[in-house]
Amino acid sequence: MTGNYKTWPMILLLGIITVPLVLMYVYLFVDTVTNSAPGSLVPNEITGEHWRFLWQTLPGRPSIWTATFNTFLFATVTTLIVLSVSSTAGYALSRLNVPFRAFFLAGVMVLHAFPTVTLIIAIFLILQFLGMYNTLIGVILVKASLELPFGIWIMKGFYDTVPWEIEMAGIQDGASRFTVWHKLVLPQVMPAISALGIFSFLAGWSEFILPLVLAPDNKVQVLSVYLAALIADDNNFDMALFKSVGVFYVLPVIVLFLFFQKRLMSIYGGGTKG
Amino acid sequence: MRILLKNFGKSFGAVNVIENLNLEIHDGEMLALLGPSGCGKSTTLFAVCGIHKVTAGQILFGDRDVTHVPSQQRNVGVVFQNYALYPHLSIAENIGFPLKIRKESAAEIKRKVHEMADLVQIGALLDRRPAELSGGQQQRVALARALIRRPDVLLLDEPLANLDAKLRLEMRSEIRRIQQETGITAILVTHDQVEAMSMCDRIAIMKQGQIVQIAAPMEMYDNPVSDFVAGFLGNPPIAFVDGALTGSVFESSGIRIELPSAAQRNGGPVKLGIRPENFQPEFPQKVSGEVTFVESQGRETLYDVRLDDGQILRSIQGHAVRAGVGERVSWGISPDNILIFDEKGARL
Repeated sequence: MTGNYKTWPMILLLGIITVPLVLMYVYLFVDTVTNSAPGSLVPNEITGEHWRFLWQTLPGRPSIWTATFNTFLFATVTTLIVLSVSSTAGYALSRLNVPFRAFFLAGVMVLHAFPTVTLIIAIFLILQFLGMYNTLIGVILVKASLELPFGIWIMKGFYDTVPWEIEMAGIQDGASRFTVWHKLVLPQVMPAISALGIFSFLAGWSEFILPLVLAPDNKVQVLSVYLAALIADDNNFDMALFKSVGVFYVLPVIVLFLFFQKRLMSIYGGGTKG
Repeated sequence: MRILLKNFGKSFGAVNVIENLNLEIHDGEMLALLGPSGCGKSTTLFAVCGIHKVTAGQILFGDRDVTHVPSQQRNVGVVFQNYALYPHLSIAENIGFPLKIRKESAAEIKRKVHEMADLVQIGALLDRRPAELSGGQQQRVALARALIRRPDVLLLDEPLANLDAKLRLEMRSEIRRIQQETGITAILVTHDQVEAMSMCDRIAIMKQGQIVQIAAPMEMYDNPVSDFVAGFLGNPPIAFVDGALTGSVFESSGIRIELPSAAQRNGGPVKLGIRPENFQPEFPQKVSGEVTFVESQGRETLYDVRLDDGQILRSIQGHAVRAGVGERVSWGISPDNILIFDEKGARL
């Protein structure tokens, strides 16, 4: 174990550099359950009052549970749309003899590179016109369609790696093209489906600018907007409350990451092969 | 079932791969489509199974015209070069897949899968996944899957290409055994003449989208219609010598051979085909040259002999006879077994 003697100075150096970051994370959690005297870093009492948003609705705000439910609905429905459209569109672009295939592929690529913010005024006007401004369904459709280019491209890359012969064999075995896709090809790209699913869910969960602009109302508010409104409110400025809501907001993300790290990695491993 | 291709043609865009091809495969026969890559043999196979749409002519299974019938309704079993097993299904599910698509009962599927597994001798592997099997075993699974719904015709696309040499030998006889036991009509696509000769009842040799000759393997070996066919069959390959024929005497700058039963042709340029087994020390028509290459294959030894005008003859002999590289030899040709071709390559 002589190697350890050579690495410990490096570890120490890295440790010192990382301390500010680690401290910030530690205080993010510590401050949510304690109070400290002004100017002091050492907490002097333990309290649950910063988590009061869980059981009482803050003045002028929607209930945290409404916002959580909205966020969950927003992320889940977005994910479902992205998965169902990407898995079929990716297959079509990879395998079927669709007209304007090259045009669609290039189009998807361009859309993927397009910054969302530049579209926001146009989208706002369209939603306003369609009467979907300030509705969850409106912002879900917008978010899903903005996520789709990435999803379609990833799925196409994975479909490209599935051998043609599997499909030919399926057709020879008497299966329809749909059955072949559903029963034989889709199982081969399950890693991509699950990775894309988690990815879309996280993207939906952390989306801020679209709900802020397109669905700011209390009834349809999501957690990111709720959180932003807290810090924007100069009259009731409460840093500890803000941190507590932040922790509450980020917990599901951390849990998801812990469970699905490996699958998230596979999206980069497999997608590049296409 | 008898398979008939009538004036069959296939083009991809402006490229005509196959034009006006006629081919009949008898009921219960195993036919090889043999040819170099790009000759259209796989295209023909994929047209028979329906993966490629036919652009001209007809395909008949028995009396049924299947030219425009989709693959799913053709009842054709295909074994692909890389087996194309479904990686996420167990071996039993792989074999039973065609029946599941037909919505047969689970009990019936199970019974038939076991029957098939016994036929191809993989009964012990049914619970495994394809990735856990060796190449030869995967090949057997692919065969079982192709055969389970009793297809009208079995198509084999280079089935042995991905196997190592020893397994190839084993599977060659296995595929033949299974084909004969089931009595199924089969088409084997291959570029390996040994496979075609050892496994099939008849060989159709193809070149540039045309069938050059159809015959039983030995018939084709002994009586090739052209130098292309003669050159394709036989290992080590036949040697060709260019020269001129006068009456029944063949002459080139290096050799002079009396041909007993030669086609009469005065002064024309011709090409002689001499197989290595017909160029031996004890044969009558002596030809002398220098040994330029010796390859020992264990039981036999292969010699390349360069004639005085630079043309090469090949001889294969039992390893008792020895001649070193650089040595001059005077060996004989058996005149009865010489093949004569005209300058365009057609047999005289």
